[in-house]
Amino acid sequence: MAHGGGGRAMAQLLDDIFRPAFDNAWLAQQHDGAVVDMPGAMAFTTDSYVVRPLFFPGSDIGTMAVHGTVNDLAMCGARPQYLSAGFILEEGLPLATLCRVVDSMAAAAVEAGVQIVTGDLKVVERGKADGVYINTAGVGKVVAPKPVEPARVQAGDRILLSGDLGRHGVAVMTAREKLELESAIESDCASVVQPVLALLEEGIDVRCLRDLTRGGLASALVEVSESAGLAAEIREVDIPVREDVSAFCELLGLDPLHVANEGRFITIVAEQDVARATDILRQYPVSQGAVEIGHFVQGPAGLVTASSMIGASRVIDRLSGEQLPRIC
Amino acid sequence: MKYRDEYRTPDAARGYADTIARITTRPWTLMEVCGGQTHAIVRFGIDQLLPETISLIHGPGCPVCVTPIAYIDKALEIAGLPGVILCTFGDMLRVPGTHSDLSAARARGADIRVVYSPLEALTVARENPGDEVVFFAVGFETTAPANAMAVYQAERAGLENFSVLVSQVLVPPAIRALLDRPGNQVQGFLAAGHVCTITGYEAYEPIAREHGVPIVVTGFEPLDILEGVYRCVRQLEKGESCVENQYSRAVRRPGNAMAQHVMQAVFQMVPRQWRGMGDIPASGLGVSLAYRSFDAEARFGTVNGEAETQGECLSGAVLRGEIRPDQCPAFGTRCTPERPLGVTMVSEEGACAAYYRYRRPAGG
Repeated sequence: MAHGGGGRAMAQLLDDIFRPAFDNAWLAQQHDGAVVDMPGAMAFTTDSYVVRPLFFPGSDIGTMAVHGTVNDLAMCGARPQYLSAGFILEEGLPLATLCRVVDSMAAAAVEAGVQIVTGDLKVVERGKADGVYINTAGVGKVVAPKPVEPARVQAGDRILLSGDLGRHGVAVMTAREKLELESAIESDCASVVQPVLALLEEGIDVRCLRDLTRGGLASALVEVSESAGLAAEIREVDIPVREDVSAFCELLGLDPLHVANEGRFITIVAEQDVARATDILRQYPVSQGAVEIGHFVQGPAGLVTASSMIGASRVIDRLSGEQLPRIC
Repeated sequence: MKYRDEYRTPDAARGYADTIARITTRPWTLMEVCGGQTHAIVRFGIDQLLPETISLIHGPGCPVCVTPIAYIDKALEIAGLPGVILCTFGDMLRVPGTHSDLSAARARGADIRVVYSPLEALTVARENPGDEVVFFAVGFETTAPANAMAVYQAERAGLENFSVLVSQVLVPPAIRALLDRPGNQVQGFLAAGHVCTITGYEAYEPIAREHGVPIVVTGFEPLDILEGVYRCVRQLEKGESCVENQYSRAVRRPGNAMAQHVMQAVFQMVPRQWRGMGDIPASGLGVSLAYRSFDAEARFGTVNGEAETQGECLSGAVLRGEIRPDQCPAFGTRCTPERPLGVTMVSEEGACAAYYRYRRPAGG
């Protein structure tokens, strides 16, 4: 508990673990906050990360805490610049575990091109948390020339999906429940900043972006469709889902369209931009599987339909509550 | 994916649909008795491919839906006792009891754990010797062997802190009960492939013969279901009524002898109340006398079956196949997955949930 008390123990923890890992000029000032220069429009977002277990195939809570927030900034058409990091640690957490998390955050920050410039640390009693909770807030400079938002989506606009679905949700679930699978499914957790900035720099008129985190592709499409006041039609057969992910979902009665991702997003562009936008996305490893999956049409707001694999159609809905494995 | 993608090809689906349309001379009403099939029918839009003369209606095929409210109440009562860990499959968490559900009880502090197999509940019992671990054993014949195996292994391991709250139900008596109801409209059945993998299909033969209905053991992929419908319609058009096995890649007539053996050792047939269907004789499984010490009802008191109060929700009529989910006045308006009135909307496998998810009216 002493490490959260604001005294010598805490100062030592900051000096030993956090400052060396996140090393930058703002942290070096050791001030109560960071004074940064942000001319023009900026995007500002925050998210909290409470994943269990802390480490899972392909990623961990620290990487997620950086990528999740920089991706949210990218979805606003912004170049992420500064992050804050607030930690809630459970008493008894091994320092080695904390070091691993912090190192992951530092590496993810370098990859995404952001600086972690301020932060906070609290320690709660043993049993009151799952090891580590992290909150990150981020600011970024808006670089999109036109607003990137659902209100700009028009009937006829195309939906590009950046890659295969469901790996993050399945990876966390298998690690949490200790389900032993023949093939290890790794989380897709990644920064999507680079391909998004590339789209904007290449002059693509990006109407809207949305990352496919909790609630998956289905919830993202319904949300955009509702806000845009349009219906959407997608083709299920064109949606990439890895075979092992698909098999896992079949086994537990989960729909890959509802499973969480941490490195996937949809880009909505006018029909004439589809080919160029797809080419740009495919130049980056995180979005090399980019594919067009459908389009928006005039119709009831929030109605998303998918043509099924056998040629009929079904409604795609938001996930209700949490996904629960079914009996048989 | 082998054994999956080849059962989802659009051309073959269209081929079956065309053949069914060609051989159909009058209206027929068929029922599938498996929530997984209901889900597939609605998810893939299989019914949209069929001629209007073929009506698919959804029967009591969701094990979560047919579990009587008294068992949910008992599970809640047991989970509320100090020193008890209740283990359950995930989809039981949100099923409403009289006043609450297991999810809310967990939020209030009860130790309720989601497991993926009954054998995991055994592990929980081994790891928590100071606690009573109760596994909520629910389902049709598909889950019964694994649930029985958990009891069998607990007995062999001498685990004294493990017991099962059993609400297992059997499909053939439910089919008979449906056929015996006044005003029954069902003319043919798609029997659940997974159930028959365990039990085989000999038990369905006297039903088909005595009631004059075709019964086709059917799988879960779109082409399985379309072939099941085709075979059913073919029999109806010829005036035949026998059991056919469409799902021969998994089902044999005698079923799985080893699974049946452990089921018969640990469980015994008992009368069972079904949600929406009432009491059906010899339609459930309870713990046999030889394993009575592992029966949660022996440890924590028996389940008191109480009459259901239906209120506005028509899920009973949905479970009996008397109405389609979207024919209920509350469907999609006063009853949604977020604010469900009945269990068929709560359960992922429930017909109402499937209709809400995949077949909601525009803007609904």
